[in-house]
Amino acid sequence: MATYSSIAHNFTPPAANIGAMTLIKTLTASSSGTISFVDGSSSVVLDDTYKTYLFKFINCHPSDNGPNFNVNFSIDTGSNYNVTKTSTFFHSRHDEDGSDGQVVYDTGGDLAQGTGNQYISRGIGNGSAEDCVSGELWLFNPANTTFATNFMGTSNSVELNASSQETYFAGYCNSTSAVDAVRFAFNAGNIDAGTFKMYGIA
Amino acid sequence: MATYSAIKYNVDYGGFAGALIPIATFTSDGSDSNATFTSGIDSTYDEYLFIFNNIHPQTDNRGLRFIASVNGGSSYGVETTSTAFQASHGEGDAGGALAYNTEHDAAESTSAISLISEQANDNDLALSGYMRLYNPASTTFVKHFMCVGTHSGSGGGGADAAVHRYIGGYINTTSAVNAIKFDMQSGEIQGGTIQMFGVH
Repeated sequence: MATYSSIAHNFTPPAANIGAMTLIKTLTASSSGTISFVDGSSSVVLDDTYKTYLFKFINCHPSDNGPNFNVNFSIDTGSNYNVTKTSTFFHSRHDEDGSDGQVVYDTGGDLAQGTGNQYISRGIGNGSAEDCVSGELWLFNPANTTFATNFMGTSNSVELNASSQETYFAGYCNSTSAVDAVRFAFNAGNIDAGTFKMYGIA
Repeated sequence: MATYSAIKYNVDYGGFAGALIPIATFTSDGSDSNATFTSGIDSTYDEYLFIFNNIHPQTDNRGLRFIASVNGGSSYGVETTSTAFQASHGEGDAGGALAYNTEHDAAESTSAISLISEQANDNDLALSGYMRLYNPASTTFVKHFMCVGTHSGSGGGGADAAVHRYIGGYINTTSAVNAIKFDMQSGEIQGGTIQMFGVH
């Protein structure tokens, strides 16, 4: 019969990665021009190790007043961020003074076979130190070379005229090359602060 | 002195709260009429997450549906009410719009419920997204679900389009839901994976 002591020594505690969602990398912005996750660089894995990748961006504060927050994708490990994309973009918003509650499609934020940045959020304020944008981006099976690579995400931000802006964006990288790098940036100025987390879901 | 049976109950899994626990994965063999999950949906988890990766339809402009069972998959079809809306935008820059989808909502329907609909069957296009199912084992409340997906709609000879789809609703029963079946609105599932996770 096993004794207490033998059981204790034979017991293997559950591993930290018992679940299927693994934190791959956390990056912290500090007056950063861009934040990039590149496969094979700085312990980042962005390949077929995981079927789905989830990025969370938290409290991203711009150095400028009113920039757009963007994402773009690379198929050459970050040498170029210019994958062709078609996407949708809509938002709801409501001002702090109680006015202007609305939900609308925003043609200024979508792409039609564009290679430029995909808007995540628009017109983010920096009038107060607490103004920022937070949200998430899902990237599906980026290593596949059969299908276009789907992405979708949502964010909430403090717009420059003191309103809550909720955005919803989705689309596909219209390429059958593997996507192996993701870059976040404001379209003007730096990311003064913010936390970026990259997860893999096996 | 502690016994073996007592020791097992002292293992603390609290630190893994929020973790995704893999339960089952469906991988299409390229010609599947449906994907069923008939075990593992019970009271173990308060929330279940299904992730759809690159689901490719046989038939053009046909998307993913689901239908629930309260008898382990012996039969499917539980009254469900849902809402559906989408944003869409064509590769040719046409049609950037937000719209409610009356053709994809459901009102106490016992048929399959539209999720990520109208996927083009171009060889290089497929749909992706996820669905959350809340507390399916409840025998007190209805079962809420929420689904978000992104897909590429067929241009019907013209340009394809990006579509961002939102579906939410409830399976209107106080019986425990213990099986889920996914299929396409017509034709086969000809590629992709569906993973089922428990949210710890």
